[in-house]
Amino acid sequence: MTPTLGKDLVGLEPLSAEQILLILDTAEPFKEVSERAIKKVPALRGKTIVNLFFEASTRTRISFEFAEKRLSADTVNVAAVGSSVSKGETLVDTAKNLEAMRIDMVVSRHGASGAAQFLGQRIRSNVINAGDGKHEHPTQGLLDMLTLRDRFKRIKGLKVAICGDILHSRVARSNIWGLTKLGAEVGVCGPASLLPRNVRELGVTILPRIEDAIQWADALNVLRLQLERMEGGFFPSLREYNRVFGVTTERLARAPKDLLILHPGPMNRGVEIDSDVADGPHSVILPQVTNGVAVRMAVLYLLAGGSPDWAQGGADDR
Amino acid sequence: MPSRTPLLDDRAFGRTLARMASEIVERSRGTEELVLVGIQRRGVELADRLKRLVDASEGSNLPCGKLDITLYRDDLQTIGPRPVVGETSLPDLDGKTVVIVDDVLYTGRTVRAALDEFADFGRPRRVLLCVLIDRGGRELPIQADIVGTSVSTGPKDRVDVFVSELDGRDAVELVRGK
Repeated sequence: MTPTLGKDLVGLEPLSAEQILLILDTAEPFKEVSERAIKKVPALRGKTIVNLFFEASTRTRISFEFAEKRLSADTVNVAAVGSSVSKGETLVDTAKNLEAMRIDMVVSRHGASGAAQFLGQRIRSNVINAGDGKHEHPTQGLLDMLTLRDRFKRIKGLKVAICGDILHSRVARSNIWGLTKLGAEVGVCGPASLLPRNVRELGVTILPRIEDAIQWADALNVLRLQLERMEGGFFPSLREYNRVFGVTTERLARAPKDLLILHPGPMNRGVEIDSDVADGPHSVILPQVTNGVAVRMAVLYLLAGGSPDWAQGGADDR
Repeated sequence: MPSRTPLLDDRAFGRTLARMASEIVERSRGTEELVLVGIQRRGVELADRLKRLVDASEGSNLPCGKLDITLYRDDLQTIGPRPVVGETSLPDLDGKTVVIVDDVLYTGRTVRAALDEFADFGRPRRVLLCVLIDRGGRELPIQADIVGTSVSTGPKDRVDVFVSELDGRDAVELVRGK
């Protein structure tokens, strides 16, 4: 019996290893759809999807939009600015009004942790979390895992170091949940002021210095320093951050093996990652973006199939 | 316990494929511009076998593709949990004689989906349908050009095709439903 995903994708924490593998395996054939001359299949024809973005996003929103369009869904983008949200409408009221126009799915990004789950419990449409506060960004975690699996042909036993601003990062959290469920070892590396207090409880190794991470890991997932969330004076200066924690060619030259370099973007070149590394031979930053569309197509396709509660079972043409 | 009747054993299976291979060459008047496309899953193995048979007798090297029609099914909205999607990889189809290879022809909906999917890949000059078993019961105006064996069945019956690459043996069996 193949596992299903249920109604919403809120995070990777509630998913089983089988459910995560189902998404990754389903993403494989979707990679090919984006390589076709006509990049479109009719699987979600007639479905209406709203991309409800309360926070700025370029890559994730466009990636979802491509995924939706390549599955033939009809899509509408709602941004907080220029919508009734700026007139004070609540999240649920906005969603309920959209639902009254008979939509099928909502892709939601919101600054509050838990927003996607809150929404999913209150509307009938499927909800996909495209980032909620400091909680999770599940499709980013999935595309990172797909990219790792492409290169290493496995996830189990891999050592992945997540470097930088773990405290503010929903990408870090989704990666930690997903990778540990699939049997990878996860390390975190960053200034003590940017590590969550309970990070050890997530089953990760703390790597105090970037040199430790480079010695230990098979792959580095270098996070963006979220300058917009940095009001608290977490470290003295960007230049000092680069000097102590920057991923540079010189530091990587001392690694015992070639490390795969991931970054969820957008990059602060010269801060958390040097340009030579970002554009170097071991960087998979652009393949991550390509895989993002395939992973999101897989999630949309699987969620649109519904949960086993009402499933009738497929009648095959046999 | 439903009854299980053999339709083809491994020797009959081999003879049938050999005849189908020569019919393919006959129907397409040679192997120039000929492309075989197997439908996932067992159609892929059958297409590969037919390719080897044609290549052996004609000295050709036929391009062979695989097609997964899941994303083009007309019942995706109603069947519940999503079926597994397989690999699609097609050679150039423009101007070619394309032979669709599948194991069982029943309602015709799989072939309808395959024809729709081809339209997104190119414009074959001609499309032929080649199936190992035609079990009747069509729901669409579709017919096969090359047929291994025909058998008349009811909606509760099932036709099981086994191929050695996946199942360890070559056989076709009819399972009568109650």
